[in-house]
Amino acid sequence: MKVDAAIVGGGPAGLAAAKEIASRGGTVVVIDENHRWGGKLLGQLHEEPKSGTWWKGAEIASRLVNEAKEAGAQLISKTLVWGLEKGWVVYTSDLFNRPDAQKRLEAKALLLATGAVEKPLPIPGWTLPGVMTVGAAQVLTNLYRVKPGKRVLVVGLDVLSLTIARAMKLAGVDVVGLVLPLKTAFSEAIANPQKRLQAFRTMVDLAPNPLMRMGGRFLRTDWGVNLAARFYPPWGMTVWGIPLLLKKALIEVIGDQQVEGVRIASIDPQGNVIAGSEKILSVDAVCLSGGLTPLGELAATVGCQFVRLRGLNGAVPLHGPTMETTVDNLFVAGNITGIEGAKIAIEQGRLAGLGICHKLGIGQVDQKECEQQFERIHQLRKEAEISFHPEVQQAREQLLHLWKQKRDR
Amino acid sequence: MRVTNHPILSIEPKKEVTITVDGKTVLAQEGESVAAALLANGIRVLRYSEKKGEARGIYCGIGHCYECRIHLKEVGEIRACITPVQEGMELTVKRGGQKGES
Repeated sequence: MKVDAAIVGGGPAGLAAAKEIASRGGTVVVIDENHRWGGKLLGQLHEEPKSGTWWKGAEIASRLVNEAKEAGAQLISKTLVWGLEKGWVVYTSDLFNRPDAQKRLEAKALLLATGAVEKPLPIPGWTLPGVMTVGAAQVLTNLYRVKPGKRVLVVGLDVLSLTIARAMKLAGVDVVGLVLPLKTAFSEAIANPQKRLQAFRTMVDLAPNPLMRMGGRFLRTDWGVNLAARFYPPWGMTVWGIPLLLKKALIEVIGDQQVEGVRIASIDPQGNVIAGSEKILSVDAVCLSGGLTPLGELAATVGCQFVRLRGLNGAVPLHGPTMETTVDNLFVAGNITGIEGAKIAIEQGRLAGLGICHKLGIGQVDQKECEQQFERIHQLRKEAEISFHPEVQQAREQLLHLWKQKRDR
Repeated sequence: MRVTNHPILSIEPKKEVTITVDGKTVLAQEGESVAAALLANGIRVLRYSEKKGEARGIYCGIGHCYECRIHLKEVGEIRACITPVQEGMELTVKRGGQKGES
């Protein structure tokens, strides 16, 4: 099969890009491993901070799927991409990677919209069945409507873990609380109550009422954070009925064949365990939140240049204002370019779609149209109610600066 | 373990699908993953690790980590979290090495 554009990843970015290209007359194929379209969007469920309406990811996903299909995009599910050749040749196989299911696809341009993956959070006992990432809990609870457990402990405090803890609570799960991971080489950045309180700044918009009561504004200053870390009560504070135990850390998960309980301990403002404070809680599931990081493996296999920026939560393919990378006709969109919300991913997908049309001469897309879409994303980011990193804005500017530097060299 | 009522999301009835795990019948719902179907039936252990024989289950839930492998007849090891259930699927929880062996 030969097409103008092949898209890897059928989440918000990939689907939005497909619609842009197909609606302008380009031939486009979207490939995804999952049997359901929408990627991480499928499990999303949260209350919009300002309007108070509910963001139901699965509904938005089905709208994006319909739009892409109606425009004429071809969607191929249950298919994995295992190799790429510049030019482009995309090698695929079925979900089980069977040799007789292998296929090749030729495309003029390639868009990688592979999204993000959760960073592992190694903790003693973490391989026991019943320990899972918050992302897994999100898919199970909101998409498949299966409870991750009856009594669940959530580990790690960030936008995602807080949102998913609430989603589990809504589904009738007994969420016993939210604690921090024990301080290790892996969890250094997220195991410190003081640093977590700083991160509260990005969460105040998500949970305006409960967190404002906890002094969200107060936490916008460093001295406020220091003070709060020292005086944060060991019994925690409750948000949406979920105890936020910022002065407790998970020591280990206990169980023989599956999770039976957890050992937790009190910690000081720097995250050090207070001797003699350990106790055991009975739970049947533990959800770990190590944070998201961009998934750029496929881009790396074709020699794409990467840059690591804190505000984007990891290493991302260096890309320019039309989402094209340092490799000719290779584009990126969505969380592979940095961790942000689905609304941004959709608009980035549109931009990449326009960028591909412009590059391949599909539908007379001019430079100006791309620039307008770029500006639109910039505005949307400024107005974003939920942010995954306080420095995302600066990181985006730095990325563009690095791109221009490379181009001018 | 299924969510039976929800204040925000609607719970629609789904078509039932029958699969087996270690020869026992498990009722699943059309359109769900093997992992979701098994968890809904209280089954968390999907395999035992190859060397030490330790129990393993779902971890990432999006097909990335390969922790949730389970054996599917005529196919081999599959990822329970991204494989949809199909009528008549025969799954086996594979036993690994002796516990304590390195």
